[in-house]
Amino acid sequence: MDNTAPLLRVRNLTHAFGHLLACADVSFELHSGEVLGVVGESGSGKTTLLNCLSARLTPTNGIVEYALRGRGLTDIYALSEPERRLLLRTDWGVVTQNPRDGLRMNVSAGGNVGERLMAVGARHYGAIRREAEDWLTKVELDLGRMDDKPKHFSGGMQQRLQIARTLVTKPRLVFMDEPTGGLDVSVQARLLDLLRGLVRELRLSAIIVTHDLAVARLLADRLMVMKDGRVVETGLTDQVLDDPHHPYTQLLVSSVLQV
Amino acid sequence: MYVAVKGGEQAILNSHKLIAEERRGDPAVPELTLAQIQEQLQLAVDRVMTEGSLYDRDLAALAIKQAQGDLMEAIFLLRAYRTTLTRFGETLPIDTAQMAVRRRISATYKDLPGGQVLGPSYDYTHRLLDFALAAEAGAGAPEAERAECGVEAAIPRVTDILNHEGLIEQEVALDDDGPVGDLTREPLRFPAERDIRLQNLARGDEGFLLALGYSTQRGYGRNHPFAGEIRLGEVAVAFVPEELGFAIEIGEITVTECQMINQFTGSAERPPQFTRGYGLAFGHCERKTMAMALVDRALRARELDESVEYPAQDEEFVLYHSDNVEASGFVQHLKLPHYVDFQSELQLIRSLRRRHDENHKEAAE
Amino acid sequence: MGAANENAVVGDEGYNFAYLDEQTKRMIRRCLLKAVAVPGYQVPFGGREMPLPYGWGTGGMQVTASIIGRDDTLKVIDQGADDTTNAVNIRRFFARVAAVPTTEVTAEASIVQTRHRVPEDPLREGQIIVYQVPQPEPLRALEPREVECRKLHAYKEYGLMQVSLYEDIARFGEIATAYSYPVMVNERYLMSPTPIPKFDNPKLDDFPALQLFGAGREKRIYAVPPYTKVKSLDFDDHPFAIQQWEQDCALCGAEESFLDEVILDDRGGKLYVCSDSHFCARRRAEGHRGTLSEAAAKAYAAAVGADDTADAGEA
Repeated sequence: MDNTAPLLRVRNLTHAFGHLLACADVSFELHSGEVLGVVGESGSGKTTLLNCLSARLTPTNGIVEYALRGRGLTDIYALSEPERRLLLRTDWGVVTQNPRDGLRMNVSAGGNVGERLMAVGARHYGAIRREAEDWLTKVELDLGRMDDKPKHFSGGMQQRLQIARTLVTKPRLVFMDEPTGGLDVSVQARLLDLLRGLVRELRLSAIIVTHDLAVARLLADRLMVMKDGRVVETGLTDQVLDDPHHPYTQLLVSSVLQV
Repeated sequence: MYVAVKGGEQAILNSHKLIAEERRGDPAVPELTLAQIQEQLQLAVDRVMTEGSLYDRDLAALAIKQAQGDLMEAIFLLRAYRTTLTRFGETLPIDTAQMAVRRRISATYKDLPGGQVLGPSYDYTHRLLDFALAAEAGAGAPEAERAECGVEAAIPRVTDILNHEGLIEQEVALDDDGPVGDLTREPLRFPAERDIRLQNLARGDEGFLLALGYSTQRGYGRNHPFAGEIRLGEVAVAFVPEELGFAIEIGEITVTECQMINQFTGSAERPPQFTRGYGLAFGHCERKTMAMALVDRALRARELDESVEYPAQDEEFVLYHSDNVEASGFVQHLKLPHYVDFQSELQLIRSLRRRHDENHKEAAE
Repeated sequence: MGAANENAVVGDEGYNFAYLDEQTKRMIRRCLLKAVAVPGYQVPFGGREMPLPYGWGTGGMQVTASIIGRDDTLKVIDQGADDTTNAVNIRRFFARVAAVPTTEVTAEASIVQTRHRVPEDPLREGQIIVYQVPQPEPLRALEPREVECRKLHAYKEYGLMQVSLYEDIARFGEIATAYSYPVMVNERYLMSPTPIPKFDNPKLDDFPALQLFGAGREKRIYAVPPYTKVKSLDFDDHPFAIQQWEQDCALCGAEESFLDEVILDDRGGKLYVCSDSHFCARRRAEGHRGTLSEAAAKAYAAAVGADDTADAGEA
């Protein structure tokens, strides 16, 4: 496979809800191993953008191409539904803002992690369990709770479980929507550390949506700043945050409390 | 000493004889005739015809007699009989605008063309037991005097009146020439279109729909309903025989129709308009048609871009559980022998308890 | 039997042969053909109301009514026995509306309609077994939405079922499903074998007879043609296993049949007898005996109203 070809190529991506333009004319490329942060305030269109990119919302316009193994760049909305569903279960991962949306609350933690393996044919209970144990350890969850259901876990633990469940099939591209949103500050910090470590170790490519610039600074290589559905500034993370050009970016950066 | 008992053929036959005896009751009391049921228990007959999906007063009365007054059992009898009938065609749709109206009311206007015709209804009575009806001589033969002028023919519908200003959505068939779905011949599939939904609700259990309709009024999917119009009366049934090529009237049936008018604030594509819920039943069934109209409107959430949050809006939940013949069968099937499955459960639970006890013994040591 | 005249095989002239009209039978047969062509796939059909309630075998009855002819011989069992009320009722129904001979001898039946058991005597090529199905959808308990279930079947996404088995092992140490144990048919469709005990699951694999399944209330038909692969789900290290008893049949001594537990008194006394009534009677007629003495066996038989010496003759 051509190493210079992008992993994901997006052109003129647009989505409107009725007359309301949620995101307009977004174009970019993502290469293997890159982490792209999409920042903006609520209503900026970043969640809509993420849903369109991750095959969960068909855009009204534009094209999203992903480099499928052995097939090269392919329009994901030209795939059949089963092909898209398979992609979302194997090569892609999605970490939702609310872990309840990304987990089976009535299935044990081990079962949640093992599901993707069983979905692609794993049939040895012992092996599935060992692999689930590995991942739960990696996300620093207590193995003693492996057979407990996530509805009894704290928000931070649920989010760790969601990450383990997503990464178990070794996806190449992960989409995250406010992965630390709604968590206590100290919990956030530890989770961010974990994410940063995993991204480096597994050489993940990721698109992370967040309103929190500190999250963006820590995890993203590059940033896209969105306002009212449009991208107003892009560039390397440090450059954008240390030397913002667009007035809106300047506003965002200056609004963050310097601690 | 306890002994396992299995039912034999003889036991079943004896059970039949017992039920025949119970059904007849005290032989000294005159036997019920079908005419008595039809004439004096009309509303029971109407419900059985509606949920039995068969317009035949004689047969419905027979079913009620055979079922000892258990209306769900009577509905089942009528449905089973319906299976044996040959279908030789479809009538033209009935036109309720041409109804010979006996009762017609609207809550949305104080007065309107055609007037408020109260007709025969319990709505204006006091619910006091009338012991005159219990007397040996009975109720006699009460007669209502004739009015000076009759009810107007062809009274316009309230929804047609609102139509002139374009304030209410049009009831437009998706495809006028296309076939209408029929649940008595094809299985229910999802997503279900409005023709199938309305048929399902028309056949559905009145109690279930009443509860669901009630829930929408209490906030589980509120859509601000108004009773635009309820009308009761006779409509002609017309059929086009192949040999003739034109329509002939083959009779008339009594129906109750309810049009609910509901709020709609509009969406990106549509301007604000009133929306509708519809109910229709054989005979005089106001409660049924009103409940049906409320649930019909709730189920239209999907096509009106409203968020589906409550049971009355959940298509699969409502349409799968509305049929009381299906529900009654499945609930009561628990009376059938299940001892083989139970045997399996017994074995399993014994094995799990053994495992549990072993684990606890280990832990204790 | 005293009620012989009442039960005499007489066709009821008021109804079409086997109750359903020919159009309906044709519609059902078309669905059956489709089902046989795609083993394990649930074919929706326009089910009719029958004179028995939904949940009491109307699906099985509609399938039987659509395939039965004057040359057929019908056996009907419920929980393995010919004389349970449900089996008696359904057999009487067909005797009344189809006037076909009925039998309790498995080998003599061309059609066997069954509720929740497979006969112990193996069926042969040319026979048809019709199963009564309460809930055709094996994923129903895990996924209540019909639309989503259909997608899972269409895309062969059965991970959810495997997860539920994983959960059982994690929680109980073993798979906790004892009946309606899910199977993969022809390596393509996940199917519910109906609430037969898992003991009967192995019989379905490579079965010489045609297997038809009818769900009246849910309005689905499915089928497994002869000699089709039917595999019960499991894990490599937790293989599928059937139930076993320490005891043998107290009446005929059978070691390998499914046994019913019979309560004898209110002090915990019990004995175990074959669930398949014909199988047991046949063995006793051939001279096999269980631990129960002759006298006690006669007393038991008298108590349950069966004739111990009748070796599964005509109904």
